[in-house]
Amino acid sequence: MKFIEILKLSIFTFKTHRLRSFLTTLGIIIGVMTIIAILSLIQGLNRTVEKQISSLGSNVIFVQKISWGMGRIDFEEVAKRKDLTIEDGEALKRLPSVDKLSYTKSTNIGTITYGIYKVRNIEVIGSDENLQYTSNYVISSGRFINEDDFKRRRKVCVVGSYIVENLFPDTDPLFKTINLGGKKFTIVGVLEPKGSFMGQPQDNIIIIPLTTFDEVFPKPTGFQRLWRGLSFQILPKDGKNLERTIDEIREVLRRRRRLGFDKPDDFGINTQQTLREIYKNITNVAFIVMIAVAAISLIVGGIGIMNIMLVAVTERTKEIGLRKAVGASNRDILLQFLLEACFLSFLGGVIGLILGIGSAKIIAALTPLESAVPLWVIIIGVLFPICVGIFFGIYPATRAAKLNPIEALRYE
Amino acid sequence: MLCQLINIKKVYFTGKVSFPALNGINLTIEKGEYTAIMGPSGSGKSTLLNIIGFLDTPTEGKYFYQGKEVSNLSDYELARLRNKEVGFVFQNFNLLPRLTAFNNVELPLIYSGLGVKERKRLVMEILEKVGLKERANHRPNELSGGEMQRVAIARALVNNPSLILADEPTGNLDSKTGSEIMEIFDQLAKEGRTIIIVTHDPNVASHAKRLIRITDGMIIEDKIIK
Repeated sequence: MKFIEILKLSIFTFKTHRLRSFLTTLGIIIGVMTIIAILSLIQGLNRTVEKQISSLGSNVIFVQKISWGMGRIDFEEVAKRKDLTIEDGEALKRLPSVDKLSYTKSTNIGTITYGIYKVRNIEVIGSDENLQYTSNYVISSGRFINEDDFKRRRKVCVVGSYIVENLFPDTDPLFKTINLGGKKFTIVGVLEPKGSFMGQPQDNIIIIPLTTFDEVFPKPTGFQRLWRGLSFQILPKDGKNLERTIDEIREVLRRRRRLGFDKPDDFGINTQQTLREIYKNITNVAFIVMIAVAAISLIVGGIGIMNIMLVAVTERTKEIGLRKAVGASNRDILLQFLLEACFLSFLGGVIGLILGIGSAKIIAALTPLESAVPLWVIIIGVLFPICVGIFFGIYPATRAAKLNPIEALRYE
Repeated sequence: MLCQLINIKKVYFTGKVSFPALNGINLTIEKGEYTAIMGPSGSGKSTLLNIIGFLDTPTEGKYFYQGKEVSNLSDYELARLRNKEVGFVFQNFNLLPRLTAFNNVELPLIYSGLGVKERKRLVMEILEKVGLKERANHRPNELSGGEMQRVAIARALVNNPSLILADEPTGNLDSKTGSEIMEIFDQLAKEGRTIIIVTHDPNVASHAKRLIRITDGMIIEDKIIK
């Protein structure tokens, strides 16, 4: 009962000093707004990235010369590594736990023209029929490249939707020929759009048989060799035993590459999980930085509240004396000022929350970023400022509570 | 016997200098008494009133209220006593400027934890008694001095306290308004309330039935005048 009355009193005080209260709580508003906006954007980013990582196909194992990762890479060592070979792939295919294995090599080519139309920055992938399964490609018309294309080194290709939209806006691309690396390729299939992956478009690709790829495109040189060499995409038979499959792959490759038992792997086995870990590392850093920034701004906001509460205690000394004279206990006065500080910071939190969510939505609308506001973000936005209010309000409130009623009543 | 003060001393310490305000007061107040305390300024009369009203604690001596010793109660217990047993009326009214007359009178009831309806009933009842029912929603700056003091009296009465303590209640009022206020006190005395008024105005003191004179923190005269 009394608590509600004292709470009402705090709200009443706020109403009578609107501008001052608003200015006081501005620090909290800005602090909470920043936290909430960044949290919502990070949450949004998490969701986008998770969706994209999942789109890789949850069980696909990527075997390459290089490991994905964040750490320092010894490029010289990596450059000395032996290329993976088709024979390595054949050996892996014989593993009982491997379902499908596709070979891939890729290169970037500048411009492709068809009639008056032009596309730039196209990724050409040399592969085989299994790529359709390991990379989850869906054919929208025509067919995927097949074993025969591979064996006979046919100059056929399957193109991504981006190429169709830009080179063949008003014609059927099937059986048209395009020029790749100075050779004519017949389009035999068109892929369903895949969207982009981490900001990289995925539909600006052309898939050709790996055998043809080696004929048409020169061997990569220099640093390009690090990631333009042959790599494998492997789909295990049983997704639940990914780790075992990885171990088997590692064993086969180490044996074939004659690595001593004390030598580290000179190849990389990468999965979706690897990407997830890289991403987590990046966002963890962002998270820590954000918490530091938020903590600083909330401390500044809290000091602002403490300052104004100290002013309020001095200003209302007489009121405190009178309240004590009519029966307010020290505890009642403490509660009154504490609730006032909490109410100020709570209000700042709510306003900051609204502005934070709002600005995250605006940023999400104006940029490719997404925003997401899970419940816990809202709870943090409300509870955290209240804690700040209690922390910075306790000293002024204690001072108010300890005032001697007679001296307080005499105060002018 | 409502209040019994035995050898009450009060010393104020300001820095290194100690200042004795009360030098051994022995005093008994009976229920229903109408008492005036007179004395020059600095004589300790306000200090005495504050101790009687549980706003201050004596440095030495014993204070029994309704037979119970109160000289060493905790802050919380003293606050409860002030709330239930005492109604203060001050020279400068001490109304909270941001609150309406109604809210000012309601204040003690909030600290006694009464519900909204009960509070409203009691406040309106008491405002009617002091003739300010119509002014309930006015703020102090919209009221005259006499009206403000009547609001303050209403606030002192609203919790139905045993003791009404007034410190120069007419000090800030003109003589006509002052005597109107004193009529209210006379009326309350007739109803059987225990009233103690501190004043240096002989006219005000003449309303009481008992007169106590204080000088240098000591009672020099204590007599029945009516």
